[in-house]
Amino acid sequence: MRARWLTALVLCLLMSACTGDGGGSDDDRGRITLRFQSLAWQDESVAVNKELVKEWNATHPDVEVEYVQGSWDSVHDQLLTSFEGGEAPDIIHDASDDLADFAYGGYLADLRELLPERLKSDIPQRSWETTTFGDGVFGVPFLQEPRVLIANAKWLRESGVRVPTTEKPWTWEEFREVAEELSGDGTYGVAWPLKEPVSATLNLSLSAGGQLFHRGADGKVEVRFEDADAVVPETVRAEVNTDRSAPGTTLGSGGSDTLPGFFGGKYAMVPLGFSYRQQIVQQAPKGFDWQVLPAPAGAEGLTQGVSPQTLSIAEDSAHKEEAAEFIDFLLRPANMVRLALGDWMLPTGTEALKDPALRTADYDWATGTALAEHLRSAPAQSVRGYPEWKDKVATPAFQEFYSGAIGLAELRERLVGDGNLVLARYQR
Amino acid sequence: MRTSGAARIGQYTALLGYLVFLAFPLLWLISIAFKPPRELGSPHPTWIPENPTLDNFRQAFDEQPLLDAALNSLVAALGAAVVAVLIATPMAYVMARRRTLLSRAATGWVVVSQAFPFVLVIIPLFLVLKNLRLIDSVPGLIMVYVVWALPFALWMLVGYVRAVPTELEEAAAVDGAGRVRTLVSVIAPLLAPGIVATALFAFITAWNEFFFALVLLKTPEKQTLPVVLTHFIGAEGVADLGPLAAAAFLATLPSLVVFAIIQKRITGGMLAGAVKS
Repeated sequence: MRARWLTALVLCLLMSACTGDGGGSDDDRGRITLRFQSLAWQDESVAVNKELVKEWNATHPDVEVEYVQGSWDSVHDQLLTSFEGGEAPDIIHDASDDLADFAYGGYLADLRELLPERLKSDIPQRSWETTTFGDGVFGVPFLQEPRVLIANAKWLRESGVRVPTTEKPWTWEEFREVAEELSGDGTYGVAWPLKEPVSATLNLSLSAGGQLFHRGADGKVEVRFEDADAVVPETVRAEVNTDRSAPGTTLGSGGSDTLPGFFGGKYAMVPLGFSYRQQIVQQAPKGFDWQVLPAPAGAEGLTQGVSPQTLSIAEDSAHKEEAAEFIDFLLRPANMVRLALGDWMLPTGTEALKDPALRTADYDWATGTALAEHLRSAPAQSVRGYPEWKDKVATPAFQEFYSGAIGLAELRERLVGDGNLVLARYQR
Repeated sequence: MRTSGAARIGQYTALLGYLVFLAFPLLWLISIAFKPPRELGSPHPTWIPENPTLDNFRQAFDEQPLLDAALNSLVAALGAAVVAVLIATPMAYVMARRRTLLSRAATGWVVVSQAFPFVLVIIPLFLVLKNLRLIDSVPGLIMVYVVWALPFALWMLVGYVRAVPTELEEAAAVDGAGRVRTLVSVIAPLLAPGIVATALFAFITAWNEFFFALVLLKTPEKQTLPVVLTHFIGAEGVADLGPLAAAAFLATLPSLVVFAIIQKRITGGMLAGAVKS
């Protein structure tokens, strides 16, 4: 008797193991429900996302969207498990540099046939490149932010240095001279928060023509560290170790960690993402006068690498077309502006970028908007094996280089020699 | 042996220093939770907020469903603690009293299983729970927590059982008590401190657990406190520090309260009978 029960239980488990349901769901009235996992986290941004979902649901009785709150902190592992278990949300909010593994793994739908022409043509090709892996497009890039210099405006004015504009930015050489000029006894011209030194260095290096990753005709990527790749790292190293215009103590800090010192008049400038303005508005002492300056320019002008925020559709979703329609709704120019304002970032859409709300002098929105056309796909975007190269090779190498422990030759040797060994394993 | 006055002052100073060291993260968390945004960005941070505010708490409750999340955490943690203890106690008794090759192998396996990383087990576990239709349910999460806490709970309780003299069981047997009666009436009361400590371990583990809850619970209303806390953190580690600290402080309170209530019972129980009168 006991054996029979046991057999029945095992059979039940096996039968249930063979069944599974795809993404999305249909209720008895034929209404489709789509799950939209959003990573919005700032109060205003969450509110805008929820409002847009509400507006969609009010006008689309047949396709209901359910808002699910995700978190940036653990999105990759959470999505990976959901994909493996066939339980992924239909519409996925993420960052373009997180998509490569999911795209190559077949978890994301190719959007080329799903998206309307309006949306395709509204977003520039340089942005689409951030979500193009192989032959397919696996996400819609919709928000991005350049790295800018947030400066103590009063300090800058009183020093008499030339204040850069997007039309006439500082060169890297000029930036080094200015940082030195702004330095004084116990104060520094600039503070580099380089807790994550790799993406910051690589993205800024595009301005000097640095590429680091080079894709051959056979599609394979190799690391080459050329003169242009050295411009940004050498500038930072010299500021910290030679000119003493940047403190070594912030090299291990995150962006937020440098703000108290910035407000306290210890640093004249801090290179930060454009969205940090929100924290500055919230936390700066009353009357603190700050302004946004473009990052220094090199041989390629103000070009910078970025990994935009994206919206993707799960390959397992049973309602891809409806999901694409929702994305199209969410990213209409007016809605894109609302999302951008909520996140203090820039929209990728050309129509949205024309909106006066993003061209105002308030909080230097206009400076950021003028930089939008210079933003390109981050160099490491589609390189398989990049996360391992970054963690095991590049991060320690850059940290040691910036602190003065190793020289340029050693940095080059490690990035290239050790780096290519890592990448080769992913490209066999 | 008498301790000199100077030595005693030294001991107390060292103890105080150690306590301050241990308490530092919690005290700093409380300090941040009551600071307005402008003080959070101050270059001269102070221990005591200059303009203490409850805005961070208000904002935390406005932005996230903290009470619902706390209730979910409480149900999951209490469920895990109770079920883990109910399963582990008889198992530990058998493993402690029957010293066969199998029980030794089981003990070894228990130790080894503690070394498995979460990511190794999460995908198979996810598939199993999905097929049992227990994804996105607190009972499913409790099941995972029990499985996760059981090896260590077992290991702890085996030690406690071994400390109970077998002569007591023999005396119970002479008085006519069977195995179950002996376990319930004789062994269990003596194991009370161990059971409480084990339950506490299972409770705290489940209360603080993040990854399984993140992956297994999809419906926002079912999410637990650690998962909801991450909603205050943005890309590249940028955080809404004030509300995050306020919410994190509230999240640590139940653990502190449980410890405060149970601590006396554990130490009291452990010392009971240690000295012959």
